[in-house]
Amino acid sequence: MSTESSNRKAPAGERVADWADGRLGIYGLAKANMRKIFPDHWSFMLGEVCLYSFIIIILTGVYLTLFFHPSMQEVTYHGSYVPMQGMKMSDAFQSTLHISFDVRGGLLIRQIHHWGALIFLAGMFVHMMRVFFTGAFRKPREINWLFGFLLFVLGMFTGFTGYSLPDDLLSGTGVRFMEGAILSVPIIGTYISMFLFGGEFPGSDFVPRFFSIHVLLLPGIMLGLLVAHLILVFYHKHTQFPGPGRTNKNVVGMPLLPVYMAKAGGFFFLVFGVIAAIAAIATINPIWAIGPYRPDQVSTGAQPDWYMGFSEGLIRVMPGWEINLWGHTLVLGVFIPLMIIFPLVLASIAVYPFIESWVTGDKREHHLLDRPRNAPTRTAFGAAWISWYFVLLVGGGNDLWATHFHLSINAITWFVRIGFFVVPVLVFIATRRICLGLQRRDRDKVLHGRESGIIKRLPHGEFVEVHEPLSQEQLHTLTAHDQPKPLEAGPEVDENGVERKIGRTTKLRVKLSKGFYGEGTQIPKPTAEEYEEITSGHGHH
Amino acid sequence: MSSQDIPEENLPSEQGDAHDGAVATTADPFADPGLPPHEHRVQDIDERAAKRSERVIAFLFLLSMLATVGFIASYVALPVDKIIYVYPIGHVSALNFSLGLTLGVALFCIGAGAVHWARTLMSDVEVADDRHPISAEPEVKAKVLADFKAGAEESAFGRRKLIRNTMFGALALVPLSGVVLLRDLGPLPGTKLRHTRWSAGKLLINQNTNQPLRPEDISVGSLTFAVPEGMKEDDHDFQQEVAKAALMIVRIQPENIKDKKELDWSADGIVAYSKICTHVGCPISLYEQQTHHVLCPCHQSTFDLSDGGRVIFGPAGHALPQLRIKVNEKGYLEALGDFAEPVGPSFWERG
Amino acid sequence: MKKLSARRRHPLAAVVVLLFALAVTGGLYAAFAPADKAKAEDTAQSLAIEEGKKLYSVGCASCHGTGGQGSSDGPSLVGVGAAAVDFQVRTGRMPLQQQGAQAPSKKAMYSQAETDQLAAYIASLGAGPSVPTKGQYNPDGADIAKGGELFRTNCAQCHNFTGKGGALSNGKFAPSLEGVEPKHIYEAMQTGPQNMPSFPDTTMPEKNKKDIIAYLGAVNSDKSENPGGLELGGLGPVSEGLFAWIFGLGALIAVAIWVAARTAKAKKS
Repeated sequence: MSTESSNRKAPAGERVADWADGRLGIYGLAKANMRKIFPDHWSFMLGEVCLYSFIIIILTGVYLTLFFHPSMQEVTYHGSYVPMQGMKMSDAFQSTLHISFDVRGGLLIRQIHHWGALIFLAGMFVHMMRVFFTGAFRKPREINWLFGFLLFVLGMFTGFTGYSLPDDLLSGTGVRFMEGAILSVPIIGTYISMFLFGGEFPGSDFVPRFFSIHVLLLPGIMLGLLVAHLILVFYHKHTQFPGPGRTNKNVVGMPLLPVYMAKAGGFFFLVFGVIAAIAAIATINPIWAIGPYRPDQVSTGAQPDWYMGFSEGLIRVMPGWEINLWGHTLVLGVFIPLMIIFPLVLASIAVYPFIESWVTGDKREHHLLDRPRNAPTRTAFGAAWISWYFVLLVGGGNDLWATHFHLSINAITWFVRIGFFVVPVLVFIATRRICLGLQRRDRDKVLHGRESGIIKRLPHGEFVEVHEPLSQEQLHTLTAHDQPKPLEAGPEVDENGVERKIGRTTKLRVKLSKGFYGEGTQIPKPTAEEYEEITSGHGHH
Repeated sequence: MSSQDIPEENLPSEQGDAHDGAVATTADPFADPGLPPHEHRVQDIDERAAKRSERVIAFLFLLSMLATVGFIASYVALPVDKIIYVYPIGHVSALNFSLGLTLGVALFCIGAGAVHWARTLMSDVEVADDRHPISAEPEVKAKVLADFKAGAEESAFGRRKLIRNTMFGALALVPLSGVVLLRDLGPLPGTKLRHTRWSAGKLLINQNTNQPLRPEDISVGSLTFAVPEGMKEDDHDFQQEVAKAALMIVRIQPENIKDKKELDWSADGIVAYSKICTHVGCPISLYEQQTHHVLCPCHQSTFDLSDGGRVIFGPAGHALPQLRIKVNEKGYLEALGDFAEPVGPSFWERG
Repeated sequence: MKKLSARRRHPLAAVVVLLFALAVTGGLYAAFAPADKAKAEDTAQSLAIEEGKKLYSVGCASCHGTGGQGSSDGPSLVGVGAAAVDFQVRTGRMPLQQQGAQAPSKKAMYSQAETDQLAAYIASLGAGPSVPTKGQYNPDGADIAKGGELFRTNCAQCHNFTGKGGALSNGKFAPSLEGVEPKHIYEAMQTGPQNMPSFPDTTMPEKNKKDIIAYLGAVNSDKSENPGGLELGGLGPVSEGLFAWIFGLGALIAVAIWVAARTAKAKKS
């Protein structure tokens, strides 16, 4: 602002903005972002569910730290919950009872915090699947996919360290399980366990240590990743589904100010409102019914929160392999599922974008989303992964399946053992076939029009269904996707008759590419000629 | 990488990008018709409808205010321990229920009002924004590379190898201080995991009554839990000791005991097994008295207490350790020593 | 009809058909499922004979042998005592409807008077625990907190923290303790029905049993308080996770669909 032009007095808001611009350059930022366009689709708001529940968890978490004592000092309970009177318990457990029964609203905040955590993780899972099935992870968004994946994994461990803090019988059993898993690590397992617990399990150190991990270390890293994740979303601009006027080079939607701001801002309150209402009507983790932790007590139905459930399934169905050699024990029955398969399950979905881009050799930027049916191999892989995850969840809850469906727990365990290998394969095959069926339907729709449901009787007595031709918009939308061809290794001999060497990785890549895009993996989309030929002959049905 | 080996025309980037813009040519029946024309909402053309929306939004915001007042009122009015019956939820805390619902309504109404406002009254014209390639223009790239080269040369990083190598060495070593500092997180394992509180002559104390057990207390088909004498809940190390010493005692008709060692280590068919699962350390004890199987509630490892605690199902890797007991001259059950092997989950040094 | 055929291509048509099919399947199952209850009552009426031995020889001897000595189909009843009979018969576990992993509780077939006669007969075969008196199992004045601790040490491993039940091996299970009469809880601890181990007075005195019964009354009855709201079956994280997914995330997705949906356009005239 030059001094000459300040004869007129600018409004107060503008003067504040001027002040800030002189120091932060906000006008430059606002120019690029204030009217930034965001496409509207309900599935694009799943990430917002995660963002907002994360904020809610932080707000309620800070409140809880005002009352929680991260200490394992043994105390005797004299609070207001009668069935615990005079019980020996840790200070952590006692302060959690205090929050639940003596702090007004404390129980509500505790329940919002815990329900928010479950929804946060569930939201991340669904958000990740949305990104996966629509191919939104493709260039230039691979790094953001990894950021999101890391947030999910860190969220799991933040959740685990969080629900272990009250030092109740259920979470203590989970911590014991973790100690057993650490002990199974060859060579250094016992040392790590002693260092983590400050001695033998349970000791008196793990609650304060988990506390700093839960409230400081992990949320700090997550906050950083979250900010980076959001910056990249802004920088890349949001993806969109194909449709009339929507191309790979534009983004169609509503501007940030005012529509998107009102919708996104409003959605925060909606998410918070829903979680608060859930916390009002449903109990979560009633530690007063569970009791304080004692390593010689246990309850049946001891499970972790849902996001750790698949690791519980892994460990439940693993056969008890143990090898004793030269005075040492290799605890394969614990080590393999937790230290090898557990990371493998997670990593297999994390690295998929890189495998896909390598196999397809695709170096373009993708801002238009795929409909899942138009990428059958990817969709089948994703569905197989989910089924894998789900089979393990069944294994993790095998005792509840047994009691609620009157089954034998041993039979369920065997089902999961076999299903671990078989179910993903079956789901892969079935999903790919379903995708092809849907592609065929799209093709028919484009070529023959939409089935109207109206049956007509022709003069010679034949009954036919009247098909309505599709609009230009629909025709475009149904044919806008790419149908990549598989890679080819090229001729074995070059034009001079000299043998070309084809590397082993190239061969693998070509083979995988055939599996992705080769014969039988997609229904050719209708060509303009086919369309012309069919539509030119009228009276066709 | 081998992308050079692959004929260019097969790369997807060469397969054409047919739908590039909103060019509707008559030749292509599937051409992009471009953004559809904007259609008006009721609120755009009917001022009465717009007014109605305005009233709904204002009502939602008002409702939120009322709910916040309700929140404060319940906070002040309701005692923290008041329990009310709410159908169909059950006997719940009045305070939790009312605070949660009023907070939920207060927040939800703000959100619903804002969204309704955006949906019905703010412009709903869809706008297209152009995207720009993420990667830099070639001249920018060239400039950056040149700058980097100049900087690297000026530092003499590549030339003065001694500096470079010693710096790498220093940087590689310095984090070790941080690792060393972690040493005092806990003691070294030593043989801690091999020993428990049990030793020769220790009486078996019933956890229910805190009295020493006599053989005639324990009938066939019953289940009893015991700890060694001299352990008190107030002891500072009670938790970690009971985590290893907890014992489960059952009585089996001697002729039903299949394992000879088990029979030798029992007292008249009374057998004492560690209560800590050999898998990952959950306290097992789901004892089925007709089959003598004992199941772990955490991961379903199943042990046969009539056959030396052998694993018959599940992920546990070895049998449950048995404690050797006898009846002493005063008629009480006592241990003949510590467990012969480490109790609880396996570990590398277990052997 | 025309309307119907026009709507069969509606996007929601498949959902409606699916729901309809599910409802029909469920309805048919309910209609054709074995009507246990009616049969059981019939048998009970036909078996209403006065004295224990007669009752026994008609209702029990086929499995447990004519003199209670047991057979391949049922264990010996010599020495199980009156408490065991009272528990098994009054909770409906005996007589057994069919051989299975475990006898489930159902509506009792014998009245209290008939059960007492049966119990007297079984008790005459060999000494065993007698039916507890009200003074033994009445939990008034017992220590609930101590009961909780005893419950977690002795019972929770099979019956869950608050007695919601749990799974055992090969289809066996520890039943839920909700709504079980204090007398039957006492008898079960004393006699160890089926695969449950017993907790005799020598290792778990009467006072301990009262404490446990008092704890169960506080946490697992229709008057139990659940300050936080819905108990979700008291099963812990599995049901909580299911609730968070279905109602939490479900509600949020429904809201998101509303937020992102296009506002209704004015009808073109």
